[in-house]
Amino acid sequence: MPQPRVYETEAVVIRKMNLGEADRLLTLYTSSLGKLRAVAKGVRRPRSKLGGNVELLTCSRLMLARGRNLDIITQSQSIDSFMAIKTDLQRTSWGLYVAELVDRFTPERQASRALFELLLKTLNRLAGDGAGETALRYFEIHLLELAGYRPQLSRCPGCNRELPLSCRLSFSPVAGGLLCMKCRAGEPEVISLSADAIRMLGRLQDSDGEDVLKTGLSQALNAEIGGVLQEYISYILEGRVRSAAWLRQLRNGV
Amino acid sequence: MKSGFSSDGSPVSRLVEAFHKLPGIGPKVAQRLTYHLLRAPVEEARALAEAILDVKEKIRLCSRCFNITDVDPCTFCEDEGRDRTIVCVVEKPLDLLAIERVGKYKGLYHVLHGALAPNEGVGPEGLKVRELLVRLQGSPVREVILATNTSLEGETTAMYLQRVLSPLGIRVTRLARGLPFGADLEYADDLTLSTAIEGRQPV
Ligand SMILES: [Zn+2]
Ligand SMILES: [Zn+2]
Repeated sequence: MPQPRVYETEAVVIRKMNLGEADRLLTLYTSSLGKLRAVAKGVRRPRSKLGGNVELLTCSRLMLARGRNLDIITQSQSIDSFMAIKTDLQRTSWGLYVAELVDRFTPERQASRALFELLLKTLNRLAGDGAGETALRYFEIHLLELAGYRPQLSRCPGCNRELPLSCRLSFSPVAGGLLCMKCRAGEPEVISLSADAIRMLGRLQDSDGEDVLKTGLSQALNAEIGGVLQEYISYILEGRVRSAAWLRQLRNGV
Repeated sequence: MKSGFSSDGSPVSRLVEAFHKLPGIGPKVAQRLTYHLLRAPVEEARALAEAILDVKEKIRLCSRCFNITDVDPCTFCEDEGRDRTIVCVVEKPLDLLAIERVGKYKGLYHVLHGALAPNEGVGPEGLKVRELLVRLQGSPVREVILATNTSLEGETTAMYLQRVLSPLGIRVTRLARGLPFGADLEYADDLTLSTAIEGRQPV
């Protein structure tokens, strides 16, 4: 059976690029097809019917027509435009960081309902009054897991021995987890983590994050966990996350 | 590439390739332009080549407002008739021209040459932001109009500029956002509609 020419999906716009005079090439993360790139025609004109529904960090129901190379967005209906994110510099910056990570961790056209839901959940948390930085840590940990890079926290990835509880250990981005004292000796690139940070990483990893988010992580803990996750992410992506540099700049008060 | 011509290094294919590199020009149009020039009188070709070189050699950025110009400072900055207490910040030179076309604004400009796009690696240091701050220090400017696009990047840039300008004690305004003329309410997105409701005016 031939594929239908037109299809409908929910999508969050995670990246955009201007194309020609008035078009845009959008990278979407969709509920049914995963990441895909599509063209929004005429969208830079003020009277475009797609307009703000296909702006970055917007969730819309889209109608797409299969094209020869790229699919074309023909209709849009807004589901959530995350206004609370877009009217705040800090929240917008967090949201762009989330969008960049989803883009860089996912191959095209490989559906993951779980990742789509993680993306929406994170954007909703960033739009709410809760702890934004903590919501990012939750997102990072679960994105890593869904992408097949779950940080190993209970068993040493070097020797598979169970790790001691409540003591300072070293995280190895190369090994993808915490190393025991013995395995750590041969590893030059490790990051030391406090027992508190390790416990909190575990709690975020094995829960829906609601209880942690209610109180939010302390600034010190957030910096410690954020730092190690950022190293791990950069190692996997073989490069820095562009918007992470901007988040650092904002933290230091631009 | 699937461009329909082979690159053999001949003058014809070099020109086709050069056109093809320009934005919005596909292989077909590149070929058409090349064949047009092949048949055109030599004066036309020379005029085009000279105009291209002139743009590269004579046009630069104004050292005050960073608009493109062939004289420095540019004619806007030099114009004594313009209000020197107000500066309109735009993303690109074409936006400046759009505002000029309306003829309603008589102040000065500042061209950022882009908008913040942290996820694309464009931070404030990639824009003419520091230059704006330096320019405003000790100047008679009393108002800065943020006329960046209403895209997410334009809004982000405006929020950022508002943050760095507020310590200077200058009035910062943003172009009104709302429904475009000729628009159908039904097609307006949430953000446009909500700013339009907030910014409603008595009639
Ligand atoms: Zn071990
Ligand atoms: Zn000038």
